[in-house]
Amino acid sequence: MAEISLEGVSKAFGDTVAVSDLTLTAPDGAFVVLLGPTGAGKTTTLRLIAGLERPDRGEVRIGGRPVTNETPAERNVAMVFQQYSLYPHMTVRENLAFPLRSPLLRTPADVIERKVKEVAETLRIAHKLDNKATALSGGEMQRVSIGRALVRDPAVHLMDEPLSSLDAKLRAELRIELKRIQEELGATLIYVTHDQIEAMTMATLVGVLDEGRLVQVGTPREVYERPASLYVAGRLGQPRINALPAELFAGAPSGAKTIGLRPEHIRQGEGRPAKVVRVERLGDQTRLHLTLDAHDIVTLTDVHTALEPGDTVAIEPRNPLFFDATGARIG
Amino acid sequence: MSAVSITEPTSRAKWVAGSLVCLYAAITLLPLLWIFATGFKSPADAISYPPKVFFDPTVEGYVNLFTTRTRLSPEALAELPPPANLAEEIVRKYDMVIAGPSRFGERFLNSVIIGFGSTFLSTFLGVLAAYAFSRFKVPLKDDLLFFILSTRMMPPIAVAIPIFLMYRTLGLSDTHLGMILLYTAVNISLAVWLLKGFIDEIPREYEEAALIDGYTRFQAFRKVVLPQAATGIASTAIFCLIFAWNEYAFAVLLTSGVAQTAPPFIPTIIGVGGQDWPAVAAGATLFLLPVMVFTVALRKHLLRGITFGAVRK
Ligand SMILES: Nc1ncnc2c1ncn2[C@@H]1O[C@H](COP(=O)(O)OP(=O)(O)O)[C@@H](O)[C@H]1O
Ligand SMILES: [Mg+2]
Repeated sequence: MAEISLEGVSKAFGDTVAVSDLTLTAPDGAFVVLLGPTGAGKTTTLRLIAGLERPDRGEVRIGGRPVTNETPAERNVAMVFQQYSLYPHMTVRENLAFPLRSPLLRTPADVIERKVKEVAETLRIAHKLDNKATALSGGEMQRVSIGRALVRDPAVHLMDEPLSSLDAKLRAELRIELKRIQEELGATLIYVTHDQIEAMTMATLVGVLDEGRLVQVGTPREVYERPASLYVAGRLGQPRINALPAELFAGAPSGAKTIGLRPEHIRQGEGRPAKVVRVERLGDQTRLHLTLDAHDIVTLTDVHTALEPGDTVAIEPRNPLFFDATGARIG
Repeated sequence: MSAVSITEPTSRAKWVAGSLVCLYAAITLLPLLWIFATGFKSPADAISYPPKVFFDPTVEGYVNLFTTRTRLSPEALAELPPPANLAEEIVRKYDMVIAGPSRFGERFLNSVIIGFGSTFLSTFLGVLAAYAFSRFKVPLKDDLLFFILSTRMMPPIAVAIPIFLMYRTLGLSDTHLGMILLYTAVNISLAVWLLKGFIDEIPREYEEAALIDGYTRFQAFRKVVLPQAATGIASTAIFCLIFAWNEYAFAVLLTSGVAQTAPPFIPTIIGVGGQDWPAVAAGATLFLLPVMVFTVALRKHLLRGITFGAVRK
């Protein structure tokens, strides 16, 4: 358990800049979620922290200690990979015991036995301990690889989209489980995902990455309510924020180019008339697809709404977000 | 439903395929069976015409293979005590006694030492080189790999004379070490290329995971890469052994007394006292065994597919 900080870290592969001048501090015990689309540099950031890549510039510190010249083993990190999670020639038990058997830890056999059992029970794979790693479903494999990170007590846990291959139900369960385990251990965890629900529900801090740059860091609520830019605003919230020309509604501040409307920013019943194109009933929510002056708008409405395609509904903004020509938020 | 499945072959197709496989197996195995059978024939049965399929088996071929014999006069024979064992008894029928062991055992042992020694060395060096080529930034990597391949572009025997002279100067002629080094030099390019292909296919993430799990790079190589390269290592070793085991030309040229292997020795059996086909067949049968045993022993590793399963894409 330790604080992790990156200072001005950059990494390029040939002409591709994967991570650019990244500065981030994950306080001891924080659950930091790095959010960004594919190719944003999330995996590279984790690999830089783990010591699998050397930064071109900048410094990585773990617990205040510069680790740039240390091997991955010396850094004492655990990592769950996005792919290729398990050692295929070993059983589940051997996979889980592998980190404990390392020459660094040299854990006694009875402790290994106990820890492997504990972790297997937490992740509900105890009945598969003697299976070959290859004889598991994708979800089970991923639970084992999470288990391999949890079985020891590293300075920091790194997880690269660990839940992305699981089905929705298991994902929801493990989300809660992971959060609980992290809080219990008091572990510092850096968690990479492109799933905003994971970011919102688990993070104590969310960092949003865009093409290798860290564009905003804050609590999930800060990042959601006060996004630094249109890009960040677009990464959080379902349905996605509607980005419309500012002049579509009256009252835009000077310099505003774009108005950002989340569903909660749209009041129905007053204002400009918009045409209903589609009513999407998802059960727990109903989405309304509207057009206003040839601009598409998606918002939420009463679950049992009587609106139908072709109807007209008046809408007006309520405490919306405004962005300037560069995409930065105003106000 | 009685619809025809497109993935499952029909029973007719299976039957045809099965018959073809059996036919092919019979054609391939028949000469081997014939060699095996000839090893247990008497010299007369071995050359009888029409060939005998059924015969009285005898171990005469094996006795002749492993011994040297001298002919005695009937008087001298009469003075001998009765034959002490089966081998003596067989030889006496031809008015001969066993004078001593033949050199076959020695030659066979040479083959084992040189064949397995060079196989081990080629595979061992091959794995290390292939791993380095696969994983590290090696300066001039492509050129080096091409150079390694180019060493096999000429038939090895084309350089027989320079090697012969070089070996004489270095004192490597007719030594086990010399033959092991020579066969390793011939096999190493195949080993590096084959193994590099296999190691390239093992995702780096496994080693990286091991590095993070607290292991050094060499430990990660040993505990994670090697077990997964087992298929490649096994097939490479078999290829290397087959070449080194069967090699004839260099063995004739470079060995005579000390380090002669079985291939140049077996033909010399023919000359010893008439054309002793059963002894030749016995030698050939024994000569076939090690490669067969080795291949069967490694066959578990040749079944591909076990290693590349635990992958999430
Ligand atoms: N080993 C590598 N060689 C070349 N390019 C790489 C390598 N690793 C990552 N990249 C590039 O760096 C960028 C960021 O990649 P990555 O960190 O994997 O993104 P993410 O995990 O967010 O999807 C991508 O454009 C990717 O193609
Ligand atoms: Mg990634």
